[in-house]
Amino acid sequence: MKEVLAFYPILIDGTITTIILTVLSAILALVISFVVGLSRISKFKIVRIIAIIYLEFFRGSSALVQMFFIYFVLPMWGIYFDALTAGVVAIGCNLGAYGSEVVRGGVLAVGKEQHEASLALNYSPYKRYRYVIIPQAIPVMIPTFGNLLIELLKLTSVASLITISDLTFMAHIIRVQTALTLEPFLVILVIYFIIASILVKIVDIIANKFSKGRNIMIAGEN
Amino acid sequence: MYWSWEVAFDVLPQLAKGVVVTIQATFVASILAYVLGLGIAILKMSKSKILRFVLYWTTEFIRRTPILVQLYVVFYVLPDFGIFFEAFTCGVLVLGIHFSTYTAEVFRAGIDNVHKGQWEAAKSLNYNQYQTWKNVILPQAIPPMIPPLANYLITMFKETPLLAAITVVELFRAADQYSNSHYKYLEPMTLVGVFFLIVSIPSAIIAMKLEKRFKQRKI
Repeated sequence: MKEVLAFYPILIDGTITTIILTVLSAILALVISFVVGLSRISKFKIVRIIAIIYLEFFRGSSALVQMFFIYFVLPMWGIYFDALTAGVVAIGCNLGAYGSEVVRGGVLAVGKEQHEASLALNYSPYKRYRYVIIPQAIPVMIPTFGNLLIELLKLTSVASLITISDLTFMAHIIRVQTALTLEPFLVILVIYFIIASILVKIVDIIANKFSKGRNIMIAGEN
Repeated sequence: MYWSWEVAFDVLPQLAKGVVVTIQATFVASILAYVLGLGIAILKMSKSKILRFVLYWTTEFIRRTPILVQLYVVFYVLPDFGIFFEAFTCGVLVLGIHFSTYTAEVFRAGIDNVHKGQWEAAKSLNYNQYQTWKNVILPQAIPPMIPPLANYLITMFKETPLLAAITVVELFRAADQYSNSHYKYLEPMTLVGVFFLIVSIPSAIIAMKLEKRFKQRKI
């Protein structure tokens, strides 16, 4: 164990890379979730179809395959990404597909009368979503988004396979250097668990904040 | 770089072998996940506080850490303790155990949904534990669980490429090997992606249909 802890500088580096990867891809995934999720309920058929194709494409093929495609195949068409960008794009697009279902579900969970009321107030579609629908949909979405965030964190370890020096990658370096097997992996498992637990706590706090003072009706009740 | 059918046909036989391994891994892992998941769900309802506490944190630990790292742990670490498994066995074990923590939640929700009166009825009929589960609880709890369990089957299928990292020559690794020896990246990787789409989209549609059907029955 001492030998492994002597490698703490690269463990810290790996942790930072993992966190950067998580944060950047989470932001990308969140943006995609809203864009694709709201497109799914668009008035225009063509927009809905494009959203469904996106969803099925990224949800249907495996994340690792997507990552390898972006990192190894796209350069042959002259589209170059460095490893970190390729990782962020692959993870963000993949989780964004799952997230879009959460957004769609959250928006649909808002009662029909809310849509009608905002129509009666002559709100424009933008105003209707910005002030009436989305604020009520967000508390419903947060717990599921929390679960997806943990899935995202776990997916970042796969990015080590396209040479991103995250925690998993660093564990390999330590394994090769010290010839120890159990300890490096045990240490990073614990680090992953700690990061995930912190994320769970943060999501809990946000969920509590959003549900305070609101009388949320869960989908399906009523 | 353009698509070449020659390369695509050249790689197909190797991919076909990989597909067999991928499907085997998916099925064995899913059976393990279902059986273990049911076991965990039943144990989680135990009266012992200590057992529940230990189970809760063990399953949370498994759920909050990456499958890939768990694969490495089992693959590299077990030989140190004199336990030698084939890579395939390691992969299936890890996938099965990882997803059993997810299926356990499905089982628990399904069991919780069975009305309390059913337990009391079983008790009043003087059924023992085994009879209660087999004749009363499970037959009512299982049908609504089928769609989410089917979804986890699809998820597990999509996670099998990770086994490539511990040298299991499944579909993804078969394609990768071909790519590295022939310097052709486009065709093998595209075919792998297409195969995953061909399998997972129709299965997702079936799962959705099942969901609708079981929902209607409830009403």
